[in-house]
Amino acid sequence: MKTLTEKILAAHSDKRKVNTNEFVNVKVDMVLSNDVTAPLAIKEFRRLGVSKVFDSKKVIMVPDHFCPNKDIQSAEQAKLMREFAKEQGINYFEVGRMGIEHVLLPEQGFVLPRQVIVGADSHTCTYGALGAFATGMGSTDVAVAMATGEIWMKVPPTIKFSYHGKLPEWVGGKDLILYTIGDIGVDGALYSVMEFDGEVIDELPMDGRFTMANMAIEAGAKAGMFKVDGKIEEYMKQHSRHYHSERVEKSCSDENAEYSRIIEYDVSRIEPQVAFPHIPSNTKPVSHARGVKLDQVLIGGCTNGRLGDLRVAAKFLHGRQIHSDLRCIILPGSQKVYLDALREGLIETFIKAGAAVSTPTCGPCLGGHMGVLAAGERCLSTTNRNFVGRMGSPKSEVYLAGPAVAAASAIQGRIASPEEVIY
Amino acid sequence: MVGLLDLVVRRYEKKLQLKGKVHRFESDVNTDVIIPARYLNVSEPGELAKHCMEDIDPEFTAKVNPGDIIVATTNFGCGSSREHAPLAIKACGVSCVIAQSFARIFFRNAINIGLPLLEYTESLDVIENGDILEVDLSTGVIKNITKNKTVMANPYPEFMMDIIDANGLIEYTKHQLQET
Ligand code: SF4
Repeated sequence: MKTLTEKILAAHSDKRKVNTNEFVNVKVDMVLSNDVTAPLAIKEFRRLGVSKVFDSKKVIMVPDHFCPNKDIQSAEQAKLMREFAKEQGINYFEVGRMGIEHVLLPEQGFVLPRQVIVGADSHTCTYGALGAFATGMGSTDVAVAMATGEIWMKVPPTIKFSYHGKLPEWVGGKDLILYTIGDIGVDGALYSVMEFDGEVIDELPMDGRFTMANMAIEAGAKAGMFKVDGKIEEYMKQHSRHYHSERVEKSCSDENAEYSRIIEYDVSRIEPQVAFPHIPSNTKPVSHARGVKLDQVLIGGCTNGRLGDLRVAAKFLHGRQIHSDLRCIILPGSQKVYLDALREGLIETFIKAGAAVSTPTCGPCLGGHMGVLAAGERCLSTTNRNFVGRMGSPKSEVYLAGPAVAAASAIQGRIASPEEVIY
Repeated sequence: MVGLLDLVVRRYEKKLQLKGKVHRFESDVNTDVIIPARYLNVSEPGELAKHCMEDIDPEFTAKVNPGDIIVATTNFGCGSSREHAPLAIKACGVSCVIAQSFARIFFRNAINIGLPLLEYTESLDVIENGDILEVDLSTGVIKNITKNKTVMANPYPEFMMDIIDANGLIEYTKHQLQET
């Protein structure tokens, strides 16, 4: 009786069965890095004395963190990566055609259910939303994976999270994952896989699932997993370039698979959640957060920068104005999301409301550029981390929430619950 | 811990006996405070070291001396996958990090770049800021000279010892590649 993770890892290590905590050598289907982590990975790759990556079709580099280049040094890093990508003939998405890696890869059909993906970025776990086993690693590990197509792993135990009941209005994937991390803590799933299940998850749209898988790392998890169901199949039909040749097979953990823990939540009564500084587990229901004055609201990023998220924000911002004391920055997760939002009129809604809309970039999410905070400033962000100094000055504060709370707060100039704006 | 001696001798340039002053931190020290992302537009360890721990202890780089030891409670190194974090700590001269638990990506990265980590799951109340520790990487024995107390760290899993033995992941992989 196996978990989905065990099935995937067994299939990728040519074993009939793998056991929890066993060390295995795993074949990888995709290796990712970005303009911050690739330069180190390339340096280590060269030290290996290998001239070619193991399979140019299975290596991806995305210039998203400090790109479009924010200064000379980041331009040098991006250039190094661009030249390597060209030399190796790997997948590379230039500015103007790119997106934040974790929005871009699924949308461009690079992620298939039951694949194994490693990336030199901790939020690589996002792809668990498509039933892939995906995990973040450092640059040296990724260099080895680029060279050999394999990486060592310790088979992780799985914790199952079951969500029951009916989601209240304006409560989405972000609120579920914040609520969960608030419950178990930032090391509550250390070294484990978080598997998300239950009738609430069955109903949850793909965008919400990506948000949840994205933040598994914020509980210390190695991966966040969803079973491969009809919603994933539907997503693959629309997005996968491989779909016609490789049918998506439904798959999930066996019914009596061994979990290290099973945690059940009734979510019928939960409110939208807000994580207070300076740790993602410091969550409160929005009714206990109302009134905190804000200087900036950021909507987007790899956590909540998909079309569904922008649609939610636009519902609030349509025909209304951003509060005069506040900047609202909207970051579509990819060029495709940007264009789809433009066609739907969402971008016009944002601009008319007084928001700045940016080309896709990680930018302010990691305090890089495009909305860095000054000392004493407060930002509510739909991203995933609110550590000290994450978005700029170590004396600034970051609050995390979903797009409904973010948009409502942008209008009110302070943390607001969605009902205050749309009742 | 049998055999660890040989391995670590090669891995850490024969520096088995470490001695240094403690810089004490609490739980969930994340990679954003170890090396803020605003400095990640470069990747030279020396440059990164200038900003190590800046957002959690702005005096850290002024205080730290070669050989010093970072001691923290649980989940050290949580957050991003940046290998720049262990690189910055190592380039500051820190000889090892002792914690009750480590975040998993940080753990891999540190082993890969040769920053020794010791896991000690019991209470770390016996170690305070400024204490002088003697650490024997071969046995895992941590001796608090200031307080005259001795504790013992957990052993590394065998598989990781192979990597340590080979002098890190790059050398380990090089070796594997030559064999095939
Ligand atoms: S948007 Fe933020 S969390 Fe996501 S990949 Fe970029 S920097 Fe990392």
